[in-house]
Amino acid sequence: MTEQPMVRFDNVSKRYGSLTVLDGLNLEIARGEKVSVIGPSGSGKTTVLRMLMTLETINDGVIWVDGEPLTHMQQSGKLVPANLAHIRRIRAKIGMVFQSFNLFPHMTAMANCIEAPMTVLGMKRADAEARAAELLDMVGLSQKKDHYPSQLSGGQQQRVAIARALAMRPKIMLFDEVTSALDPELVGEVLQVIRQIGREHDLTMLMVTHQMGFAKEFSDRVCFFYQGKICEQGPPSELFGAPKNERTRQFLHAVLEAG
Amino acid sequence: MGIRTLVAMLVVSLAVIAVLATQATYRLFLPGLLQGAVLTIEIAVLGSLLAVVMGVFAALARMYGPAPLRWLATVYVEIFRGTSALVQLFWLFFVLPQFGVTLDAFPVAVLALGLNVGAYGSECVRGSILSVARGQWEAGTALNMSRAQMLRRIILPQAFIAMIPPWGNLFIELLKSTALVSLITLSDLAFKAQQMNQNTFKTVPIFTLVLLMYLAMSLVVSIGMRLLERRASLGLARGRAA
Repeated sequence: MTEQPMVRFDNVSKRYGSLTVLDGLNLEIARGEKVSVIGPSGSGKTTVLRMLMTLETINDGVIWVDGEPLTHMQQSGKLVPANLAHIRRIRAKIGMVFQSFNLFPHMTAMANCIEAPMTVLGMKRADAEARAAELLDMVGLSQKKDHYPSQLSGGQQQRVAIARALAMRPKIMLFDEVTSALDPELVGEVLQVIRQIGREHDLTMLMVTHQMGFAKEFSDRVCFFYQGKICEQGPPSELFGAPKNERTRQFLHAVLEAG
Repeated sequence: MGIRTLVAMLVVSLAVIAVLATQATYRLFLPGLLQGAVLTIEIAVLGSLLAVVMGVFAALARMYGPAPLRWLATVYVEIFRGTSALVQLFWLFFVLPQFGVTLDAFPVAVLALGLNVGAYGSECVRGSILSVARGQWEAGTALNMSRAQMLRRIILPQAFIAMIPPWGNLFIELLKSTALVSLITLSDLAFKAQQMNQNTFKTVPIFTLVLLMYLAMSLVVSIGMRLLERRASLGLARGRAA
């Protein structure tokens, strides 16, 4: 048997009332793999990330993380819905960066980055600050550590958010349209940081993106979502170069047309 | 309206009291009224403290407490919001003794006004917690914080700023409601005024002074709340103003 995947969606469904957002999703992501998720809005791609971050519950199936179930736990050989303690134990392996940054506005960049390491991991302030300083330096913001989010540009805020997520030492990083809320000239600096952590860290990365160029260059695999299902997936060269599915072709055509 | 305007109003109202006090017809009533004002301030301050404690506790219990606590908090809020402060005062002071519980007038005044305003306050605490963006909870979840940690470190500090102005309203409301305690034998500012008026019929000087005194007290509350608001939103407002 091959190595245990880092993330495994096992027949996962998500419904809102009569609306099925995800329909029996099966998806495996290998350790260290970089996967981009593309697709039209409403195709369920963001829901995939939100379920993995436990921001959404699931209606069917099981999500596995690093060989253990996330949404469920073993109880006398059977899988039962997970309790909060179990979820928090597994969730510790996952970090997420949001479209709207979601920095804590009442805290400086530094305070944002040490908050969870101190309250959740119980780190000492000095240790948490040393680690945060390293990360803020990596995202190019060591000069801005005492600034509040409202004093930072969108690109800078998003880079702080990335440092904040990394401070918890996750094994999996989720990026949910992290450049969509940015002015065009600020997109590059954020993508540059993501590129860098992709190189320097042994992270498994899953990103929902509209940046086709970045997805093509950065990911090991691209998944095209359509109406709650993976319509087509493969290495970027194949999916972008020679899409097999008609829907994929239409989508890529429309997106690339728009610029 | 800026803090400066409020401070100016406070200075003017105190100055007018001082000027009026130079006349014998006014000076005569000042010591008695000040005595009443002290009691009014005591009841208002202690009542406000109780109101804040009850407001925060009831709001958190209603939002995040286990079922019995949630139920209890809802009953509390609806009873004390749904009946008048006057009835509550009378009930605690005149009805409770019939059931063997006799309380002094002063604790009854603090209790009734604090519980009454706390019931309103719980709704403004609840509203301000709900006004914090959902993304803040999500960021906390993504950092694997517990709900209590998120509340304490992320949500309440932000909600706090939003609840300062409505609490300012409530404190002033409470201050004015203290006039009701004269009906349960306490000699507050309003009671002193009525008493002096009945004895001397000097309505103009007495009620002019009383009006200025209530105004000065409520201005102090307004100024205090503004300062608090300014301090609390320091980090948040910094970039916005720039």
